[in-house]
Amino acid sequence: MNVMVVMPQMGESVAEGTVVTWLKNVGEVVAKDEPLVAISTDKVDVEIPSPAAGVLAEIVVQEGQTVPVGAVLAYIGEAPPTEAAASPGISKAEQSVGVTQAGPVVSPTAPRPQTWHSPAVLELAKEYGVDLTRVKGTGSEGRVTRKDLLDFASRRSIVAAVPADKRAAAFERADRDQILPISHLRKAIAEHMVRSKQTAPHVTQIHEVDVTVIARYRQANKEAFFQRTGIHLTFLPFVVKATVDALRAHPLMNASYTQDGIVIKKALNIGVAVALEDGLIVPVLREADKKSFLTLAKESADLAARSREKRLRPEEVQQGTFTVNNLGAFGALIGTPIIVQPQVGILGFGRVVKRPVVIDDAITIRSMAYLCLSYDHRLIDGAYAGAFLNHMQSNLEQFDFAILP
Amino acid sequence: MEITYLEAIRQALWEEMDRDERVFMLGEDIGVYGGAFKITKGFLDKFGPERVIDTPLSESAIVGAAIGAALMGMRPVVEMQFADFIACAFDQIVNMAAKHHYRIGEPVPMVIRAPYGGGIHAGPYHSQCPEAWFFHVAGLKLVAPSTPRDAKGLLKAAIRDPDPVIYFEHKYLYRHMKGEVPEGDNVVPIGKAEVKRKGSTMSVIAYGAMVEQSLAAAEKLVPEGIDLEVVDLRTLQPLDMETILTSVKKTGRALVVHEAPKTGGIGGEIAARLAEEAFRFLDAPVVRVAAPHIPVPFSPALEEMYLPNADKIALKARELANF
Repeated sequence: MNVMVVMPQMGESVAEGTVVTWLKNVGEVVAKDEPLVAISTDKVDVEIPSPAAGVLAEIVVQEGQTVPVGAVLAYIGEAPPTEAAASPGISKAEQSVGVTQAGPVVSPTAPRPQTWHSPAVLELAKEYGVDLTRVKGTGSEGRVTRKDLLDFASRRSIVAAVPADKRAAAFERADRDQILPISHLRKAIAEHMVRSKQTAPHVTQIHEVDVTVIARYRQANKEAFFQRTGIHLTFLPFVVKATVDALRAHPLMNASYTQDGIVIKKALNIGVAVALEDGLIVPVLREADKKSFLTLAKESADLAARSREKRLRPEEVQQGTFTVNNLGAFGALIGTPIIVQPQVGILGFGRVVKRPVVIDDAITIRSMAYLCLSYDHRLIDGAYAGAFLNHMQSNLEQFDFAILP
Repeated sequence: MEITYLEAIRQALWEEMDRDERVFMLGEDIGVYGGAFKITKGFLDKFGPERVIDTPLSESAIVGAAIGAALMGMRPVVEMQFADFIACAFDQIVNMAAKHHYRIGEPVPMVIRAPYGGGIHAGPYHSQCPEAWFFHVAGLKLVAPSTPRDAKGLLKAAIRDPDPVIYFEHKYLYRHMKGEVPEGDNVVPIGKAEVKRKGSTMSVIAYGAMVEQSLAAAEKLVPEGIDLEVVDLRTLQPLDMETILTSVKKTGRALVVHEAPKTGGIGGEIAARLAEEAFRFLDAPVVRVAAPHIPVPFSPALEEMYLPNADKIALKARELANF
């Protein structure tokens, strides 16, 4: 009996998808969960695994066609018997010449095998563990280009998460439990978080900072600041500014740990985590060290607003070199943030609260907050992280208000 | 303020002569006549005949005198009327200026300005790009700016450098190329390339007049989804391999562009070093766009056929992108 392959739901707001590439030809044997077809939605490109083992009996939706979620894409028929015999899915032409040998059936229209690969493709295939015979080439004479390989690897990394999800879903599922589809954004976050934790040994170091002078300044000037600039004066630009100064003095914190060596990033691009209804996103303040306080305040407000409206351009979430996370926005005093790969540090800034503090043996009320720095211990050690945080701390405690407009 | 490439060179010379009295100039017709391209017009009145010296028509003597002056603590700036004539001074440059520091231990701080390049319908004796002749010789620094900012900053760096520097200034860019030049004493370091345009499809490595053509090619290819990264070498010797490798490792493809003939050109050295140092990052052969192995033609039509330009660069870039 034939099994239907349908266009899956790829995210809550996705209504349709486009078939990009059939990875199997009609008549080819396919294993259960083996990638069968690459589809593209407005959010993501994904390879769909085969729902059953068998033979690809019929392709209903051709490459390039767009169909709604739930539409039938193809039928999987039963696997061919191992004796020499005709089986469903094998063309009449093949039957007439007589298919005599057992084993996998290869359609005559299968892409011709690649005879050579560029050094870059070989190197990357090794790095990503990609079987090059499965990658469709778009280069000259059907050659697999570096881009083909990287596209393939990135699609696969999304698909790779599926079996684990399925297992989790199947586990102890009671009748009244509800199963929600996993949005593309959720999947991307899940995949990135797992990868970051597997890649970098995280250490979180926490310093306490006295932000009384900033809190007082803000209280006294926020109305006037808003009148002048149209921007609400929050703690964020102060933290970003202090982060930038500390990064400039501690370049290892603005770096990547790679196979080729430690890459010290020339640009200071600060990612600022923004919470969304269904996840979070990290837009990037580019070249933050070259921007004024006001520009940082304006841009971070603009990026946050457009993040929530889903109006960011793709390049606006790329090439961050360090990340700042405003933990306090949701009430947290302390957090242990996960590094955005391939960066090596992320700074969480906790909620500012008034607390009794001992200064010169007297108890006094101060506005206090915690700076929580998670760093990649492959590259950064505690002493360096401490120096970084001390730098930030003294910067925030003696903030130079002359830089404000 | 926008100024021409020629004006940038003039300003650098003026400011350096004003700043350091050891700096002086010598060359053919640079004083009374103001130079073949009028770059040194007005210098004689301001700095006097001891610092702006009209010489006999003997490039060998001019460079020889400059080497002597440099050894005595001066900072000579030689003008070759056309870079093509530099061949007459070859022995002085290659065997004296380049090797003296190595042999004797005394630096030779001097600059040879070499107005080079075609596109001005001036035929085979007034259009050549002779940089590769000197690229082979250890002991020389070679720079070839593409913009007014770099022209000014690199000439200042060359004059302050302790080694002999040949400064290749492109004649086609003189009055045609305009650009912003920062106020004040802005020195562009020797040995540093600059990414003039960021891109992802391939790295285009160029210098001199070919930077502008490469950037124009990049714009032509935008509608086709081909995104060129343009690396301006600025300094030819020593080559900034770090910047070149960083770019090529990112894109996996390299197109090297120069106006000089392809055979024995600097592009061949760059291609070889990419093969040696970045082989595993390459996704396609390194391709060169350069002039054919013939003298620069007189005929404007033939010269146009001879010179690389934005269309020819775009054509090769398209082929390379589709490889």
